[in-house]
Amino acid sequence: MEFLSYLINGLGLGSVYAIIALGYTMVYGIAKMLNFAHGDVIMIGAYVAFFALTGLGLPLIPAVLLAMLVCTAMGVIIERLAYKPLRQASSLAVLITAIGVSYFLQNGAQLLWSSSTKVFPAVISSGFFSLGSLSISYLTLITIAVCILVMAGLTLFVNRTKTGSAMRACSEDKGAATLMGINVNFIISVTFAIGSGLAAIASVLLCSTYPSVFPTLGAMPGIKAFTAAVFGGIGSIPGAFLGGLLLGVIEILAKAYISTQLSDAIVFAVLIVVLLIKPAGLLGRKMSEKV
Amino acid sequence: MRTENTTGKTAISLFDAAHRGRTASFALVILLYAVLRAMQAGGGLSSLFTSLLVPVTCYIVAAIGLNLNVGVSGELNLGQAGFMSVGAFTAVCVSGRLAATLPVPALRLVIAIILGAAAAALFGFLIGIPVLKLQGDYLAIVTLAFGQIIKSLITNMYLGFDANGFQFSFVENKCKLEPGGKMLLNGPMGATGTERIATFTAGTVLIIAALFIVYNLIYSKSGRAIMAARDNRIAAELTGINISSTKMLSFVVSAGLAGSAGALYGLNYSTLVPNKFDFNTSILILVYVVLGGLGNMTGTIISTIVLVLLPELLRSLQDYRMLIYAVVLIMIMLLTNNEKVKTFFKTVRSRFVKTAAAGGKEAA
Amino acid sequence: MSGEKKLLLDVQGVGIDFGGLTAVQNLNLKVYEGEIVGLIGPNGAGKTTVFNMLTKVYQPSRGKIIFDGMDLEKKNIVETNRAGIARTFQNIRLFSGLSVLDNVMTGYHNSITYSPFAAVLRTPAFRRQERETEAKAKELLKIMELDQVMNVTAGNLPYGAQRRLEIARALATGPKLLLLDEPAAGMNPQETEELMRMIRLIRDSFGVSILLIEHDMKLVMGICERITVLNYGMRLAQGTPEEIQANPEVIKAYLGD
Repeated sequence: MEFLSYLINGLGLGSVYAIIALGYTMVYGIAKMLNFAHGDVIMIGAYVAFFALTGLGLPLIPAVLLAMLVCTAMGVIIERLAYKPLRQASSLAVLITAIGVSYFLQNGAQLLWSSSTKVFPAVISSGFFSLGSLSISYLTLITIAVCILVMAGLTLFVNRTKTGSAMRACSEDKGAATLMGINVNFIISVTFAIGSGLAAIASVLLCSTYPSVFPTLGAMPGIKAFTAAVFGGIGSIPGAFLGGLLLGVIEILAKAYISTQLSDAIVFAVLIVVLLIKPAGLLGRKMSEKV
Repeated sequence: MRTENTTGKTAISLFDAAHRGRTASFALVILLYAVLRAMQAGGGLSSLFTSLLVPVTCYIVAAIGLNLNVGVSGELNLGQAGFMSVGAFTAVCVSGRLAATLPVPALRLVIAIILGAAAAALFGFLIGIPVLKLQGDYLAIVTLAFGQIIKSLITNMYLGFDANGFQFSFVENKCKLEPGGKMLLNGPMGATGTERIATFTAGTVLIIAALFIVYNLIYSKSGRAIMAARDNRIAAELTGINISSTKMLSFVVSAGLAGSAGALYGLNYSTLVPNKFDFNTSILILVYVVLGGLGNMTGTIISTIVLVLLPELLRSLQDYRMLIYAVVLIMIMLLTNNEKVKTFFKTVRSRFVKTAAAGGKEAA
Repeated sequence: MSGEKKLLLDVQGVGIDFGGLTAVQNLNLKVYEGEIVGLIGPNGAGKTTVFNMLTKVYQPSRGKIIFDGMDLEKKNIVETNRAGIARTFQNIRLFSGLSVLDNVMTGYHNSITYSPFAAVLRTPAFRRQERETEAKAKELLKIMELDQVMNVTAGNLPYGAQRRLEIARALATGPKLLLLDEPAAGMNPQETEELMRMIRLIRDSFGVSILLIEHDMKLVMGICERITVLNYGMRLAQGTPEEIQANPEVIKAYLGD
């Protein structure tokens, strides 16, 4: 029973990672860049949601929608201003730019809202659901449910819509996609918009679990979610889902049974082992070079 | 340096090329040292700048090492701070342990730096075995993971020594010492009460040693193999180059240099927390390397100095300084990769070269 | 025919499958010492795949490759080169960031014996070997008529020069067998003429055997002593240039039905 409750809590945390990881993996799949500023978009989402809930007194759903709107806009603007001019540049240049954007967002947030921690209000039910000796918070269940919804919605979008298939085409071969009349810049914008919108959802779930809002709050979940994306095979949407869930479960189980302090070390060690066995992640495709 | 020799009828051998790049870097380091020393003697250096001297040398050494990895070998390494951390805490422990028995600080410093570098190089080797099987972004993420693991482990290490020798544990209250014992590592608190034996002169010597090692390695069989493996893996293998051992060499040397840099850094502060060497530090060093130019050691030295000083120079802007730092970083990347700006500089350079050549002819 | 000559490469019933697709089937091919052998066939016949198997870029699914009396089955890419096989690539693969001279010096990698420590300490052994290697490399560049551009970054060379540089680099590894994958591709008739002369010169002065893939029939018929024709991954014909030119099956494969 104890194990089962840890497992479900792990899935809850993993769901948050999975939603963030989707942002990393989609951007990587299409723009082939590691967007290190993604974690900071989560932070922005958290602040927007916080002010919407406490300052504007909005109910939960409108607050989340507002956060999504702001994050989506930010994602698109960041891409246009900072990444788009670097389409032809080396991946390292793009990486450093993303780091610059990350610093910008963190320090901007600190200027605007100070570095002191704000307490995120408990807007999602704090009750527990009991089944025999098993008790799980509603929050965890809601988080898992949201993650499944997001995943299902995204899968449908990518596989069933015209924009979705254009996205898949771009991730296969941008040059060929352009020749087929696909507006690659538009598709990249859409990808950033979706990833950032999802980051806003993740931020509310994350801050409901760990209710403190501060300028660097996105850094660690960002790195973890990035790890999750690689874990599952970066570029693969189901991979991000699987990687996120597994990472959450491993983290919670490691905390529960091995050591709280060393749980991060264990998570990253598992990642390394996985990559050694499956060098392209769990669901990733290995690209072979033509000689 | 190397890539600039694109034209010219007569042969410029590796030795000549090595000499050119090397001379520039060494001259720069020695000149800066002399100027700073003179300013220090004349009281022209504020206490803030004086306090930055040793850390800057540390970052330069770590960045030179990383440039061997990222620029020359072409592998993205996101865990350089982890190797600095290994070097730093090894050195702090070594120095702390030897404090009573070896009263000469300079000698202790040398031993601590060598052992710090060796420990980091050993870590580099162990980590390199799995890491170098991977390629590209996957390799990068694994180095990131290792950086996190090292940080996480050191944050939970308790090490002390007493009459019974070393006592070590991953749990705080299990590391019990006899009276008169001394704690070297205190978990998240790191190392405290370290004797500050690092000096700017030692840092400068370390930079020169790092340049010496890296240049001599690049302009040799090993350097050619490292760059061949970077430029075309399959062709390199079919030229008889063992890719893993080649990449391992650059990885281990890079880690060792980071370790020596960390060692000096650790011995420059009386307290050192493991969190100092986190992902952000790795990224910071990577930024020095990329802005300085891949494979360009002189550039690395300059960019490290500028970027360490920049936030300090912007201090008058107070809260805005890090924001401006971020903007500067983004603008530099956008401008250096902008085609118009690139063409502009190319035209300027070619005009300059033409004028110089014409001037040379006239003189002849 | 080449009875008195030593057998260098003996390909026995080699084949390879990719997924369910057979790319090369039951190929037999012999190269004797000092020979220039051509491997021709229509596009997609599996010629480059044969090279990839000989150099262990791909592991053959079936058959045996005996090179210089050694079974290559357990050898990896690096070891095939050390055993004495060097090659060039259809899609040129130079060390594009290195100078022309350094590309060739890299080819001498395994004949240089000093350690990285010796390099860092700039020992006399290091200096001597670097000097010798540089001299050898320059000699080779002269033969390949690249000595005028030895300081140019390899990636900036014109196409024909890049192809010649690949040959120079391959030769620097000291091979017994040189595999040339479409060496004349993209060259004009005059350059091709020059290349033919060079290939003969290489064979004569380095004592290597050469197996080459080429679409330029003038080159193939002009310098190859024997030719193997591949079609749909199978050997269609084998013989002297005269025999091949007269072979109706070959003509059919090239011209279509």
